[in-house]
Amino acid sequence: MSEQTTRIDVRKTYKLYVGGAFPRSESARSYEVHGADGGFLANASLASRKDARDAVVAARKAFGGWSTRTAYNRGQVVYRIAEVLEGRRAQFEAELRQAQGVDAAQAAASVDAAVDRLVWYAGWADKLAQVVGNANPVAGPYFNVSVPEPTGVVAAIAPTDPLLGLVSVVAPLIVTGNACVVVASEEHPLPAITLGEVMATSDLPGGVVNVLTGRRAELGPPLASHLDVDGLDLAGVSDPALATELEVLAAENLKRVRRPAPAERPEDLLAEPPLERMTTFVETKTVWHPRGL
Amino acid sequence: MTSTAHPAHQAHATGSAGPATPFAESPFAYAPAPESTAVVDLRDSYGLFVDGTFVAGTGTPFTTINPATEEPLAQVAEASDADVDAAVRAARRAFEQVWGPMPGSERAKYLFRIARIIQERSRELAVLETLDNGKPIRESRDVDVPTVAAHFFYYAGWADKLEHGGHGTTPLGVAAQVIPWNFPLLMLAWKIAPALACGNTVVLKPAETTPLTALLFAEICQQADLPPGVVNIVTGAGATGRALVEHPGVDKVAFTGSTEVGRGIARAVAGTSKRVTLELGGKAANIVFDDAPIDQAVEGIVDGIFFNQGHVCCAGSRLLVQETIAEEVLDRLKRRMETLRVGDPLDKNTDLGAINSAAQLARIRELSEVGDAEGAERWSPACELPERGFWFAPTLFTGVTQAHRIAREEIFGPVLSVLTFRTPAEAIEKANNTPYGLSAGVWSEKGSRILEVAERLRAGVVWANTFNRFDPTSPFGGYQESGYGREGGRHGLAAYLQGGHA
Repeated sequence: MSEQTTRIDVRKTYKLYVGGAFPRSESARSYEVHGADGGFLANASLASRKDARDAVVAARKAFGGWSTRTAYNRGQVVYRIAEVLEGRRAQFEAELRQAQGVDAAQAAASVDAAVDRLVWYAGWADKLAQVVGNANPVAGPYFNVSVPEPTGVVAAIAPTDPLLGLVSVVAPLIVTGNACVVVASEEHPLPAITLGEVMATSDLPGGVVNVLTGRRAELGPPLASHLDVDGLDLAGVSDPALATELEVLAAENLKRVRRPAPAERPEDLLAEPPLERMTTFVETKTVWHPRGL
Repeated sequence: MTSTAHPAHQAHATGSAGPATPFAESPFAYAPAPESTAVVDLRDSYGLFVDGTFVAGTGTPFTTINPATEEPLAQVAEASDADVDAAVRAARRAFEQVWGPMPGSERAKYLFRIARIIQERSRELAVLETLDNGKPIRESRDVDVPTVAAHFFYYAGWADKLEHGGHGTTPLGVAAQVIPWNFPLLMLAWKIAPALACGNTVVLKPAETTPLTALLFAEICQQADLPPGVVNIVTGAGATGRALVEHPGVDKVAFTGSTEVGRGIARAVAGTSKRVTLELGGKAANIVFDDAPIDQAVEGIVDGIFFNQGHVCCAGSRLLVQETIAEEVLDRLKRRMETLRVGDPLDKNTDLGAINSAAQLARIRELSEVGDAEGAERWSPACELPERGFWFAPTLFTGVTQAHRIAREEIFGPVLSVLTFRTPAEAIEKANNTPYGLSAGVWSEKGSRILEVAERLRAGVVWANTFNRFDPTSPFGGYQESGYGREGGRHGLAAYLQGGHA
């Protein structure tokens, strides 16, 4: 910033992204977010368990419409998120450099990877059913077919990597038709809310993705135990005790749980993701009908 | 309604749907046609099957009875924690030394052998299943055992083709498998066939009330010269199952049974690297639209809830019938129920056999009494039940609301709850108003309606204009609290391979 200017910056207030809107935490709490250099960046909303429950309600409300969109349409929307992200890449690069202390090339590579990941998943929307679905040759006069369907509302704890980590958990969930509540990187929450702004302007219906900022240990349990949540992705939980606690809570209504990668084999976010990221949160439905003249 | 166990009794059909028909004049009067039990060679007592041989268990032996007569069939060993440990170790050795390294094409041949022996000994298996379980011989002979053989044939063929299945070729290791009493041998096949095809070894615990066909299957493994330790059978009740599931030496847990026990297993494996598949309870809606083929629908309703005495996790236990045809459907359904024959499971004419245990009978009675108390209207055809054994007449409740416990809880018996609806949207909403999601039925002659309803039902198996069909090629398993994972078909391989997904 130039010495000569007298203009004062207009700073952004980072709030939550829930139901397509940007509310503050109902608790009116916030926490200080610092950059890699230790400097103050912003006050992020410190979401409460009530915010988590509100986000689940928003996700459930959005699920019906989103899951019945055509696969082609869901693919278009995810592709649109990639386009809008690409258009705002300078902002993300700046945020990543501040948050993580990475250099310009590393920040650019991160944004590249996030955009490319969204494009990759967008293409999956209308192919997954062809790859994991089946016509089944039953021994009788019946038509029989198995198809994947979204699990429902999935809660996810995002990895620490602020942008690519978030995209890596959110994109597979929504491209298959799920709605989600995602707890952003606790350490670097700000790019997640900026990504919320991208999603809010990408024709993604409000509530399909809901982003909370705050403590994993505080937001994890109410999401893991919520009876209207059908699945739980623990990708960003590095504390084994917390991961076990959340998996135990998830058993109450038999949530599908994706366990965190073991510490000795951390997930490589830059590698092509395994299909399992999508298929953990789809259900196989098999339909029978008699044949006859 | 007639009782094949007491053909001399005159049963009267006193339901509202038809005239009283004296038994002797009924066109449905059959002479008893009992299947011979000579084909079964029952021993007085059975040990555990560990590392290829039968060994004495170190727990407290228990008696398995014939639920149709309450007479004891045999003493069965109870596997203690130490016995379970020995079985898991045997399975681990077999996995590391024999079965894991064996080429898939060779594993396949063992599975084909087993399938053939099941066919060769099919009558023996069917009679033993009926003796121990109480299900009609017509079902064990025509449904259970043929499907068991088909399952082994199907997965035998996968063993050397795994690289084409989309889930990799690397097995998990030792699988702990716990199965229920409603389809004892069929559930064994659903568990063991895919596990072995993928190169895993297994320790399987059959239900404590129906251990005998699993032990006969162990003999079949011996006849097939299956290498020792590849299949281990440990008998016992909940404590044995818990010891098996929680054993640190197992890589995979597969369970079929109640949602309550399934929850406990999901908690027990939390924080471990064990893979889990759970096939749990259900409360399936069977939706009949006003344009349905009504005679076929009535057959499907009967098959949906009275097949296997309603001891079926995917039973069509909630009938949702469109209001405009409700009266007609119920009249025809009642008339059909009057022709169901309840009694001696070994009689080839029997439609409904014995309830599997005193405990299950108590549960069915309790929930039915709750149905009465909550204001639903109970109807059963006139029915003469045998004096000994565990029996429950086919029953339907009308005037059921979604809040009634008999519309929400799994009864696991021959009890149908009838609800009505006016619009397709209402039918779908009511059908999906359950924490379960295993199966559903839809009856309509309109193709577009069937496809739309099938898409909107949140259930793992949707039977359209049919019900309770099973096939080894067809994946089976639920949404929500009906569990996770699929059994059967290419999807069924996922549960037993490192690269397995969906």
